[in-house]
Amino acid sequence: MQHQPPRLADRFLQFFCAPHLLEEVQGDLHEEFEYQVERVGARRARWRYWRDVLGFLQPRYIKRKPSQYPQTYLFSLNMLRNYFKIAVRNLLKNKGYSFINIGGLAVGMAVAILSGLWVWDELSFNQYHQNYARIAQVMIKETDEGKVGYSTSVQYPLATELKTNYQNKFKHIVTSSNAGDYILTAGENKFIRKGQFMEAKAPEMLSLKMIYGNWSGLNDPHSILISASTAQALFGNTDPLNQVMKINNKLDVTVTGVYEDLPLNSVFNDINFLAPFDLWVSDNEWVRESANNWHNHFLKVYVEIQPTTDFERISKTIKDAELKNIGDLKDKVAENPQVFLHPMRNWHLYPFKNGAVNPEPTQMVWLIGIIGAFVLLLACINFVNLSTARSEKRAKEVGIRKAIGSVQGQLISQFFSESFLVVLLSFFLAFFLLLFTLNWFNDLSAKAIIIPWTNTYFWLFCLLFIFVTGLLAGSYPSFYLSSFQPIKVLKGINVVNRFAFAPRKVLVVFQFTISVTLIISTIVVYRQVQFAKNRPVGYTREGLLMLAMKSDAFSGKHEILRTELKNTGVVSEISASMGRMTQVSSNNDGLEWKGKKPEQDKSFSTLTVTHEHGKTVGWQFVKGRDFSRNYATDSSGIVINEAAMKYMGLQNPLGETISWKFRENTAYFQVIGVIRDMVMESPYEPVKPAVFYIKSVNGKPNWLNIKINPSVSFRQALPKIEAVFKKIVPTVPFDYQFVDEEYNAKFKAEERIGKLATFFAVLAIFISCLGLFGLASFVAEQRTKEIGIRKVLGASVAGIWQLLSKDFVVLVIISCLISVPISYYFMDGWLQKYNYRTEVSWWIFGVTSIGALGITLLTVSFQAIKAALVNPVKSLKSE
Amino acid sequence: MKRTYLGEFEEIVLLAVAVLNGQAYGVLLMHEIIEQTDRSVRLNQVHSALQRLEEKGMVRSEMGEPTNERGGRRKRLFSVTAFGQRTLHEIQEVRASFWQRLTPTLKFSV
Repeated sequence: MQHQPPRLADRFLQFFCAPHLLEEVQGDLHEEFEYQVERVGARRARWRYWRDVLGFLQPRYIKRKPSQYPQTYLFSLNMLRNYFKIAVRNLLKNKGYSFINIGGLAVGMAVAILSGLWVWDELSFNQYHQNYARIAQVMIKETDEGKVGYSTSVQYPLATELKTNYQNKFKHIVTSSNAGDYILTAGENKFIRKGQFMEAKAPEMLSLKMIYGNWSGLNDPHSILISASTAQALFGNTDPLNQVMKINNKLDVTVTGVYEDLPLNSVFNDINFLAPFDLWVSDNEWVRESANNWHNHFLKVYVEIQPTTDFERISKTIKDAELKNIGDLKDKVAENPQVFLHPMRNWHLYPFKNGAVNPEPTQMVWLIGIIGAFVLLLACINFVNLSTARSEKRAKEVGIRKAIGSVQGQLISQFFSESFLVVLLSFFLAFFLLLFTLNWFNDLSAKAIIIPWTNTYFWLFCLLFIFVTGLLAGSYPSFYLSSFQPIKVLKGINVVNRFAFAPRKVLVVFQFTISVTLIISTIVVYRQVQFAKNRPVGYTREGLLMLAMKSDAFSGKHEILRTELKNTGVVSEISASMGRMTQVSSNNDGLEWKGKKPEQDKSFSTLTVTHEHGKTVGWQFVKGRDFSRNYATDSSGIVINEAAMKYMGLQNPLGETISWKFRENTAYFQVIGVIRDMVMESPYEPVKPAVFYIKSVNGKPNWLNIKINPSVSFRQALPKIEAVFKKIVPTVPFDYQFVDEEYNAKFKAEERIGKLATFFAVLAIFISCLGLFGLASFVAEQRTKEIGIRKVLGASVAGIWQLLSKDFVVLVIISCLISVPISYYFMDGWLQKYNYRTEVSWWIFGVTSIGALGITLLTVSFQAIKAALVNPVKSLKSE
Repeated sequence: MKRTYLGEFEEIVLLAVAVLNGQAYGVLLMHEIIEQTDRSVRLNQVHSALQRLEEKGMVRSEMGEPTNERGGRRKRLFSVTAFGQRTLHEIQEVRASFWQRLTPTLKFSV
């Protein structure tokens, strides 16, 4: 048996040894090996063989023999110039194709950049604040009867506890009131602005950019910091520093600083003034009284942690800050309150909702990101499709280039440079599109995105983006086109085989699946919005104004306001109510009625109103009657809604007594009427049981509702109403809202999703059609001769049209079949979110599929009919 | 006198090529040299010496016929060129003239 030299050593030799030396060297080595096997045995011979092979590892044996022909350089300047020249000529020669190619790609790129900017904006939320990474909000996790709840509002004593016992863990602890609307008055100017009362370290912690004054502005208890826009509104161009102004017409404050308006992607964006926390405490007795009340959650506490520590560690330390102080409060102990920090970086994308982290913001980021990538992918697919479809035209060029000495590497770089040229042109076009659409997109998505011109990373990202798109779009065509064999293409043999067509079909199916899915989703979203909009609301929104009574100036003025307003003739009725019409501001339990079951612990919407509220907003009575000033007993009357009637299980509720224990007192009511459910909160949720009464058990009405006489136009009515307000409550700005506008605002989120979906669906179908158009023209070109012969043999134009369109119709039908279950799955899941929802009806799929087919036929027919109308003499003569 | 420089090992390889008379190739040369000089010689040394000699124009080479013994691989057969022969003679003459001038006590036949 003959021994073989070590195979690995042989392979290694073959790898490094120059080919022209390999034969003799290897031969000698083998001969020596055989000799050594005889002499010293196989094992040692193998070692020697290795040693000998390694001995040849020298430049002398590795260096390849120089070729006798001159070398071709992959990147010579002349050739590159030539590539670009040819590319530009090709683009100019086929203007239609170039337009589709560059335009389609530009649209795709613009969408990708837009969605990239959107995602970036979401991810960089709150980063305006320099201490972003170390700021957190103190929150409490409570478990009430097995239900977990997270609260951002904390008790006054907790804030005190953190300050006394944990101060060393934090750089700042800032206690603050809730944000609220306040009347700001400076001289004659008065405006309603949102603001917050915060402790003195807040400006430093939030790193406000001060235009006037500095961060220590809140140290004086009668100071105020205002935003630049508020300063402009209140003081015009005069220096606002040390100007005196009033909050809610009673707190005198001096402006000690003006800060740059906070950007839209900061949670504090709508805070237009900051005033000292102590000022708020001194103004509100109930706050002082709550200093030791562990039941009242009403403060926000923001902290900045020390740089040496982290949130988790501190959360662990302060976990029991509440629990160890509430020893004697059994109900609170039962809730097992756990104090923790919610870092600023999570505020926007990981907020808490219904006892868990709300996944919607992150889902939305993923969704937009993925859609952006998909649209870009669709555009790249088009580019690939169109470039390969035109391969026939370029085949001869490839053949000639190869025949005169191009190697494949050169051709690849040629087609890459071509695709990079197109991508570059598209990028510039995309940038123009971006500049024009950014404002519109900002409106649509309720953002203030700007192009970060000065950000180096943005430009690096753009470069990377161009590069990736160029690779994505250019790699297949360049490898495909450069692989043609010169003999075949120059001889005129058909280089495009049957299989080259298959991937293109897959791509078309892919594109149309996405498009059809998006269209179906859009229709469903719109139907859901429409469905909720058409829901009967139970009152009349039209011509209804509402206005917050924020100042004491209103107290005791209701009757005179009513008389004066009615005297103008433009107002048919006014009323006051607790909270606004589009919101339920008070929910309570503790209501008792005849036949109440012990497990009925649902809370009721409990709202104080004045006598004319029903007349003003247009209650629709099912049973009984409205409040009336004619019956003195109506002061203890109560009007309930249908939901309440059903929940209470009363067949005939009129005259029934309802008792309500609110805090220490119990009030008794007689039911005088039942009204239809009024949609005051989410239009997608069932209406909660609600009761309305005149007796101010849980607080006084604080909103004014004004019904404008339907026969008068707003333009006539508003100045007259304003004049009355100026006369009776001169210190309050006439700042009103229309109920119907506020109600419509409830659909904003869904309408936004609908608009975004439309936007993407239209783009997707546009880009897909471009692709289809290109593919159809490719097929028509491929079959020019066939069509000619068919026509000569008597085929009709309709027949040829049918022949060419059939394939595409099949493809689109397949896409529809794929997208129906996908979209059904997603949209059904989306609708589950809403209690009051429409259904995903089957006609939507039908209509969409027919629509998609229609668009396909339109697109394809253009090419098909063009091909069918060509004179066979011409097409058969062409060679 | 000017001539191309020839290293000691190259000289031995060249001599061996001359001795083997047209049948010289890598392994054979190596064995020959080991036998004659009794020193350890490695194949790559022989090959590089042959390459250098060929570059200097003292040997020429051609591929032989394929044989069975080395897996059908051909040998590169070397033979000395006229220039190589002349160089060898010159070297010998130079050495001989030195030897002749050497003191008779050390003199023995070349």
